[in-house]
Amino acid sequence: MNLHGQGIVITGASKGLGKALAHELAGKGARLFLVARGEEDLNATVRSIRAAGGEAHGWAADVGDKTAVYPIAGAAHRALGHVDAVIHNASTLGPSPLRPLLDTDCEDLERAFAVNLIGPFRLSKAFAGPMALRGHGLIVHVTSDASVSAYANWGAYSASKAALDHLGRIWAAELDPFGVRVVSVDPGDMNTELHREAVPGDDSATLLDPEEVAERFVALLQSVLTVPNGARVSLSEWRAPRWTFGDALVMSTGRNRS
Amino acid sequence: MKNADYPRAQTEDERLLLLDSRTGNHRAGRLANLPDLLRPFDLLVMNDAATLPASLPLRLEDNSGDFELRLAGEGGDAITWWAVLFGPGDWHIPTEHRPTPPRVMAGDTLWVGPLSASVLEVSPMSSRLVRIRFQQDAEHLYRELYRLGRPVQYSYVRQDLDLWDVQTRYGARPWAVEMPSAGRPLTWDILARAQKNGVRLASLTHAAGLSATGDPVLDAALPLPERYDLPHQTVDAIAFARQQGGRVIAVGTSVVRALEGNALANGGCLRAGSGMVDLVLGPESSLRIVDGLLTGIHEPGTSHFALMEAFAPRARLEPALRYADGQGFLQHEFGDSMLILADVVTARQVKDEMRLASTCP
Repeated sequence: MNLHGQGIVITGASKGLGKALAHELAGKGARLFLVARGEEDLNATVRSIRAAGGEAHGWAADVGDKTAVYPIAGAAHRALGHVDAVIHNASTLGPSPLRPLLDTDCEDLERAFAVNLIGPFRLSKAFAGPMALRGHGLIVHVTSDASVSAYANWGAYSASKAALDHLGRIWAAELDPFGVRVVSVDPGDMNTELHREAVPGDDSATLLDPEEVAERFVALLQSVLTVPNGARVSLSEWRAPRWTFGDALVMSTGRNRS
Repeated sequence: MKNADYPRAQTEDERLLLLDSRTGNHRAGRLANLPDLLRPFDLLVMNDAATLPASLPLRLEDNSGDFELRLAGEGGDAITWWAVLFGPGDWHIPTEHRPTPPRVMAGDTLWVGPLSASVLEVSPMSSRLVRIRFQQDAEHLYRELYRLGRPVQYSYVRQDLDLWDVQTRYGARPWAVEMPSAGRPLTWDILARAQKNGVRLASLTHAAGLSATGDPVLDAALPLPERYDLPHQTVDAIAFARQQGGRVIAVGTSVVRALEGNALANGGCLRAGSGMVDLVLGPESSLRIVDGLLTGIHEPGTSHFALMEAFAPRARLEPALRYADGQGFLQHEFGDSMLILADVVTARQVKDEMRLASTCP
């Protein structure tokens, strides 16, 4: 996927991985619509991308809020024209500090599902329809190893991410005939606010830097056609294919890329 | 004909009236049957405009009033709009019974929440129709539109409509000020089944305008000129459908206007790009591009009915609509649907097709 000129929506784009992805994608020439709750941090991200010559538009909203969905979708399409990809990066940890399920309030579990599962579902509903009509598009779920491993105390977050992984597989099964791809990406443990909130004592030296992760994440997006539709990719295990899809095409047609 | 007074949950169970425009044969079915009525290489062309919350609270320069401003369509750029003003009251009062709005003049300032707009001109057709320019930039404008605006409401609907009630399942750019309602009941299950049967899908964006203004003179002039954008993929898809003997079926009257208006402006050929369409179709119109129409149930006397007369003569439309009424069909934005199709390509269309093939690039 050549990212130059692609219209991409990123949620949770004011901090951590979302912000790093925004900078990395803007550097590749993508046109961005950035969503986050914190307006100040969001505006700062938009300004710095613009200052570097990139295109970014900011929209302050909570993806867990039902009434925010069509305003986000409408404003994103107005700003970008077409939306080629949506990266569902916004996440909430749930109750903080983390706690056993027996100590988790139902409302905290509901909030984790609202932001991590239902929010992406609603937004995908608003974006995947026009993608399917145009015959192409990409939806990316940012997931976590907590979606496959059962860590004590991570219940609300883990369960919501596990559901998100499966939602992605079902989206893929349904959207594949319309040319829309869905991929879940586990970026690994990063030195972000979310991780510090989850594991306050963790040594930051052992954690990945969001900027480095964003670089690999974007490389994955560039060769997303080599990943099966609906796949869950663990970024730390993923290796960029030696040949990209474009190279394979050149080889099979014998034409040279210039 | 009875009105549908609220969006129904299971749109696939809604009724579908099928009319063969050549024979006048008609029958009633369910919208879920739509894929069975289409053939391989038929092309469904949808209007992918999302619906804006175009109804806004209006105050005058002196901060007075509890009025309403409805955006009617962009009037030059992102911050310049045609708008229709309404007097006090809300959607519970039919537009034609709403009190007269205040008279404004070019140069006046209007207030919409924290947004200010100057009146650029007042239409000679109606003092309610004005062209305004917001004094804020487009990003600020849209943020406030989505914060303050409500979807245009209808007096026959029994409760407030939310923004999600007036979206199709494939809306993209928010160009429509009222929902392109023919596409409202189309589910992705229906579209997927149609596609599996070999039907192709394509889209254009058409800024569907207001359906009522409260001024009989202005209402009679609807639809006003509306902007559209026709992608080259859709031009290609139409050429391919015709080449393969498929029918071009417009989902909604706005799609008919955009396609026929574009062809008329380009010597009978479709040309990809953006433009304004002021074409009003009626019984005398000949269709160059579109072979069929999926639309709502529209009664004689409406501009939608006049457009339907370009597809089938009144003598075939009226009996079909009487039959639908007897079958309990519902009309208006949330009502049932009608599909007008000719079973075979008519001689006129064959002629047009040959001309199109010989002259269009």
